Amino acid sequence: MSEKEVKNLEEIFEQKIARDEKIEPKDWMPEKYRKTHIRQMSQHAHSEIVGMLPEGNWITRAPSLRRKVALLAKVQDEAGHGLYLYSACETLGVSREELYDQLHSGKAKYSSIFNYPTITWADIGAIGWLVDGAAIINQVPLCSTSYGPYARAMVRVCKEESFHQRQGYEIMLTLCRGTEEQKQMAQDALNRWWWPALMMLGPTDDASVHTAQSMKWKLKRKTNDELRQQFIDQTIPQADILGITVPDPDLKWNEETGHYDFGEINWDEFWQVVKGQGPCNKERLETRVNAWEGGAWVRDAAMAYAEKQAAKKVQKAS
Amino acid sequence: MADKKKNWPLWEVFVRSKNGLEHRHFGSLHAADEDMALENARDVYTRRKEGVSIWVVESKHIKASNPDENGEMFEPAEDKVYRHPTFYDLPDEVKHM
Amino acid sequence: MNKENLIKYILGIADNSLILGQRLGELTGHGPSLEVDIALTNISLDLFGQVRSYFQYAAQISEEEKTEDDFAFLRTEREYVNVLLVEQTNKDFAYVIGRQFLFDHFHFLLLNELQKSKDETLVAIAKKSLKEVSYHKRFSSDWVKRLGDGTEESKQKMQTAINDLWRFTEELFETTEADQEAIEAGIGVNVTALKDTYLANVSEVLTEATLEKPELQFFQSGGKKGIHSEQMGYLLSDMQFMQRTYPGMKW
Repeated sequence: MSEKEVKNLEEIFEQKIARDEKIEPKDWMPEKYRKTHIRQMSQHAHSEIVGMLPEGNWITRAPSLRRKVALLAKVQDEAGHGLYLYSACETLGVSREELYDQLHSGKAKYSSIFNYPTITWADIGAIGWLVDGAAIINQVPLCSTSYGPYARAMVRVCKEESFHQRQGYEIMLTLCRGTEEQKQMAQDALNRWWWPALMMLGPTDDASVHTAQSMKWKLKRKTNDELRQQFIDQTIPQADILGITVPDPDLKWNEETGHYDFGEINWDEFWQVVKGQGPCNKERLETRVNAWEGGAWVRDAAMAYAEKQAAKKVQKAS
Repeated sequence: MADKKKNWPLWEVFVRSKNGLEHRHFGSLHAADEDMALENARDVYTRRKEGVSIWVVESKHIKASNPDENGEMFEPAEDKVYRHPTFYDLPDEVKHM
Repeated sequence: MNKENLIKYILGIADNSLILGQRLGELTGHGPSLEVDIALTNISLDLFGQVRSYFQYAAQISEEEKTEDDFAFLRTEREYVNVLLVEQTNKDFAYVIGRQFLFDHFHFLLLNELQKSKDETLVAIAKKSLKEVSYHKRFSSDWVKRLGDGTEESKQKMQTAINDLWRFTEELFETTEADQEAIEAGIGVNVTALKDTYLANVSEVLTEATLEKPELQFFQSGGKKGIHSEQMGYLLSDMQFMQRTYPGMKW
């Protein structure tokens, strides 16, 4: 294809997206679109899978049967969401195994928040409330993103996730209405998860490399800073109901803008965790690698069995 | 060693959400054989009572049309308006038609 | 039959689901594939669902003020009456499947009989659970066949798991005093009578899986009397951690 022809195709492609038409797997797409989507969808998938671990850490210790089944179901949903998203990636011709390799080798990234430890039960509440809260803000606009398989996966994800945040907030509410010790536990969790949750919405707009292109392709509908502001504005009143306070002395309502002003985010910490120096980066990756490598003989056995059965069927037929 | 490993193939999952409706494409998954594909589909895609019947088919068995040929495949149907009831002009007094 | 013994009888059934559900819960996030991970968690959720029905019923007939969580979290180790089989650790995937398989086939027969109980609540729980357990049995049996007749490595691992776990199967068919009383009252299931069918069903799958049925002279039991394996204490310290550290609080 000549340069001019490609340029022409690209123009038609961009117009299609601008008209809100979806792009489907076999449609022509610019290489950059394909690559960007593989990167974003796989990062998203990895985040779901790694995200199972900090919460999974409390399944065996959940304090009541009701909490235990809710947590099990939630962590299981995350496995499902990872699966939907890996499947969406596979429509672009990259296999789940290749994506796992990228994760396991440290080449692929996942949401840094999962590199923080869950050290008390209240962390399970805080994750549901804040981390899922921030995730929802990120994800809802993706239900109408331009790539069909991604949009469809996100519709399913958002539908299923609707209980996740409520589950977390209910845990926080129970703690805050409980004993002084429980309330302190909730406050401590908020103190530790607040800033990482804000970082979850991504670097500030001036430091973000992908925003402009992503907006055009509807991978993003709002900038990181807008999303962060939205998250803060909707979360603070929720914290007020709980009766606990976010660990930000600069936080205050701004009558003029109609938004909350907030303090400086420690971006050094953010980049450090992204680069692998967070409290649990090593453990999280190790756990994933062990599960995958430790399961290799199981997957091989199932394939060997399937092949034997298929051969038997052929023999019977002839 | 690594290159002779065979990974579980990809399957497409179709679910009938209730009797009377058609099976609809729900998504895909990996499984070693068709029984496993069916079980995995049940566990992955019907956890919230989404279905009463499941079909699975290995993805490689699906032959898909090529979007580059959409012109010849689908556009010729565009101007055949006489296939639609609104093409025919009838006075309003005519009922039950 | 008196309430205390009826509760004991209920716990004898419920504790198996509780402890097995707990073991499976340890695996969430660590499965050999995402699909299998999800499937195992489904089984765990089914079992915890059953546990809640049994414990809620036990709480309802108890003369003390009790909740499902009191039964789940606030007994001493000696008061849990699950069989030894279900508390065995997740040593590897073959053990997980072997444990599940050996229990599911028993669980299925038990619930099938429990549907004929004179106790209506137990009948209702059994009817609902039976559907779940039929699926568990299918899932674990299929996997025993895959691993047994898969690769050399998987065959050896699956056979080892079955050999090691077989010594816990005899206990499934022992009856406790509470069992006997429940049987006489037409409420409980005579598990001893299920043994032949169990062995036939299990053997059939093992044969299909090209595995050997172990020939054992000596079996281990004690769980039903509250005498557990060493690993049970660790399972309970995890499970009871919150309730023990923060007594009397609501979560």
